[in-house]
Amino acid sequence: VTVAAAPFEAAEATREGSPGDRPPGEPRLVGYLYVLPAFVVFACFVLYPLGEALWFSLWEWNGLPNSPATWVGVDNYTDVFTDEELRSAFAHALILLIFYAVLPILIGLLLAGVMARARVRGLAFFRTILFLPQVIAMVVVAVMWKMIYDPENGALNRFLGWFGIEGKSWLGDFSLALPSVGLIGTWVYFGLAMVLLTAGVQKIPPSLYDAARVDGAGPFREFLAVTLPGLRGEIAVALTLTTIYALRNFDLVYITTQGGPGDSTTVPAFQVFSRAFESSQVGSAAAVGVTLTVVIFLISFMINRVAERST
Amino acid sequence: MTSRAELTLGYVILGVFSLIALLPVAGIVFTALQDPDGFASFGSIDGLHFSNFTTAWEEANFGTYLRNSVFVAVIVVSVSSVLSILAGYAFGLMRFRGSTLLFYVFLLGLMVPMEAIIVPLYYEMRDSWKLQNTYWAIILPQIATSVAFGTFWMRTYFRSVPRSLVEAARLDGASSWFTLWRVLLPLAKPAVLTMGVLLFMWTWNEFLLVLVMITDDGKLTAPLGLSVFQGRNTSDLTLMAAGSVIVALPVIVVYVFLQRHFIRGMLSGAVKG
Repeated sequence: VTVAAAPFEAAEATREGSPGDRPPGEPRLVGYLYVLPAFVVFACFVLYPLGEALWFSLWEWNGLPNSPATWVGVDNYTDVFTDEELRSAFAHALILLIFYAVLPILIGLLLAGVMARARVRGLAFFRTILFLPQVIAMVVVAVMWKMIYDPENGALNRFLGWFGIEGKSWLGDFSLALPSVGLIGTWVYFGLAMVLLTAGVQKIPPSLYDAARVDGAGPFREFLAVTLPGLRGEIAVALTLTTIYALRNFDLVYITTQGGPGDSTTVPAFQVFSRAFESSQVGSAAAVGVTLTVVIFLISFMINRVAERST
Repeated sequence: MTSRAELTLGYVILGVFSLIALLPVAGIVFTALQDPDGFASFGSIDGLHFSNFTTAWEEANFGTYLRNSVFVAVIVVSVSSVLSILAGYAFGLMRFRGSTLLFYVFLLGLMVPMEAIIVPLYYEMRDSWKLQNTYWAIILPQIATSVAFGTFWMRTYFRSVPRSLVEAARLDGASSWFTLWRVLLPLAKPAVLTMGVLLFMWTWNEFLLVLVMITDDGKLTAPLGLSVFQGRNTSDLTLMAAGSVIVALPVIVVYVFLQRHFIRGMLSGAVKG
């Protein structure tokens, strides 16, 4: 059972309503008491602000305590599609998906394809190293990569210099900044995809590979016919997680580029912050936050639906 | 069987990517050990100058930031663990009207990012609850988002408990409270520990909430301390690297000792709002 897919899986399970799934014993009112403390905190600091965000998003307000707010209806939401800055923020988030989700999964699939029928020894050792980038605070990751990308004295330009390649201003260039930020995301998450998919491929029954071989399948056919379908569940988990991380990416952009140069690396999460706390567009910030939540929800739902249907 | 060539290629891929994962981390550690008075550059070594850590700890305030982070993390992780165990127990092993609906409401919390609630949270903390710039402003919302994950996690665990165990305790006349803490929890240690390390990592690394709520330098958590420091001293590479190591180290130490819990939790697809 995966947590990312949980809301959808849990819904399935209850619909089927298998009796074995039921908690034992007679109905117990004391259940409410056990849930109460968690629910109170959750309701006060997640549910209530979420409802308020919906309400805020229908107004225009500059955030000052005594200044009046103006009702604007869904204008803040139409802005998401028409406002140049917001449109590019969401477009950037989609481009970052390639770096956060697609690239790591391709790397993971490459390894899984090669290791398909091998008993990988020492995977635990590699796993420890490959997971390391994920436990490091994003702020530290950002500071680290800023030093690597530094145009004057950065490790990357020095490395390229050995091969006579001229260094670039990776985070300062309009067309390079977004891919450079994206590659940091790739660095953080490729380990997750590699470990998840390699572990998954070990669970595919070897008989399937033998059958493919008897049918005369080459390595490439074998990958498409056996490995890829066998990894459907793991791919769905990896895709859901990395997608959520890509869409929520705030710390990295805030530290490395502040959305710049120009708007070239701005993302929805950064727009929420800068609109609410820098440019006094509180209603619009709330609308962007709500839209982001809806997008995250829809994409996770779709990924899990597709993974389920093809089972 | 796989050909030798395939296996070798697999290990080459693993090796190369492990190196890619490690190099930047090694680079920042080397940078942190460079001569503070020399010409610092990322990833090179010119001796082992541990004094950078002392300077970062004392003069650059990282000692204070770290203490704040420990304080916040301990409270958030312990309170949300207890609340999650209680709620997960009820959702997993008891029947009461509306429990399914109520559980879905918690699940919703897993999908809601901090970005969606941060705007109203800020204005409530500032105008209504008057908690801006206090630890409460970062502790309470983090308990709330942690509890959404924890309740789900513990419910999954309690559902996997053998029914006979619960029923036997019940026939013996044990109260639900006794059954939870004396019968079930001793068996739940691995599940609770996995939840604990994930919550610890998420709480330690939280950024946006603290950035918005805390302006007082003396109350900043470690990641924010680093952010403020790098905003002020862009040129001081060694000290910035030393600060980075200090900020990242506590989670890495826990990771090294409890990595099976981290990896199991993260591979299961755990996310938090």
